Amino acid sequence: MTPLATAAEPRAPGEAPTLVQITGEADLLRVRSTLRAQAQVAGLGLTAATKLVTAGSELARNIVRYATHGQGVVLVETAEEGSRRGVRARFSDDGPGIVDLGAAMTDGYSSGGSMGLGLPGSRRLMDEFEIDSVPGRGTTIVICQWNR
Amino acid sequence: MLEQVPLQRLGHTIIVTLQGDLDDATVERIERAVTDEVAKVRARGVLIDVSGLAVVDSFVARVIARLVGMVALLGAVSTIVGIQPAVAITLVELGVPMDHVHTALNAEQGMARLRRMWDDTTGYRR
Ligand SMILES: Nc1ncnc2c1ncn2[C@@H]1O[C@H](COP(=O)(O)OP(=O)(O)OP(=O)(O)O)[C@@H](O)[C@H]1O
Ligand SMILES: [Mg+2]
Repeated sequence: MTPLATAAEPRAPGEAPTLVQITGEADLLRVRSTLRAQAQVAGLGLTAATKLVTAGSELARNIVRYATHGQGVVLVETAEEGSRRGVRARFSDDGPGIVDLGAAMTDGYSSGGSMGLGLPGSRRLMDEFEIDSVPGRGTTIVICQWNR
Repeated sequence: MLEQVPLQRLGHTIIVTLQGDLDDATVERIERAVTDEVAKVRARGVLIDVSGLAVVDSFVARVIARLVGMVALLGAVSTIVGIQPAVAITLVELGVPMDHVHTALNAEQGMARLRRMWDDTTGYRR
């Protein structure tokens, strides 16, 4: 994915992804509205779209809470595979990373005294969920939700 | 912040209407306003209308659950009404525990439930 566009307009298939920069809690609103607009472009049903926006909100909040200076980027694009469409979103930060991924993906594990639901819950909500984290380097999570 | 906190009073009940996409600070501001108001007017019930929320993530769910807990500490009861089906499905899958939170289909049922709840607690409250 090459981040070329910065406007929050939804992207058609093949177009450059939308970039949302995260620098603080207020950016969660933009992440949610970008995902919602993109869900509409991809023809996601209401439940699939709601799940996508919710998971995106969890992952973006993790960046605000755990990444260095609460900073990271989200790239959102339309995914296409045969005749189905979806929304793919990549959440990356260059923060401290996650040392024990197995623990972090377990319900109830939180280093921040929270419920520990964001990562495992997002995985349950999404059709696809990939996490890649290097301690000391950062974390990248890619999620995808299809229209069918 | 200039926005009004969406509170209304109806007899012994405070009605809270949550709408749109709320940022974290606004959600917490509403939470404080509700608890202040419950204490101030000695409300007996709080009806939290979430029908205008298209998304409830774990943060918002947690604040609502915390609000329900604080309202209980103040001796009042609360109920949540109008949760959208897609939101309910999402919360269950996310794994947010909402079992101790009373929910009702609409405002009318919510009011009826509040009345039943405070009838049940009257014995020890007053
Ligand atoms: N982007 C990130 N960078 C570094 N660590 C992270 C990041 N995202 C998650 N983590 C780590 O993984 C743990 C689990 O994350 P998860 O979102 O599941 O739970 P939480 O944020 O602690 O609680 P909740 O999401 O329920 O409020 C976090 O406590 C944190 O230690
Ligand atoms: Mg989290």
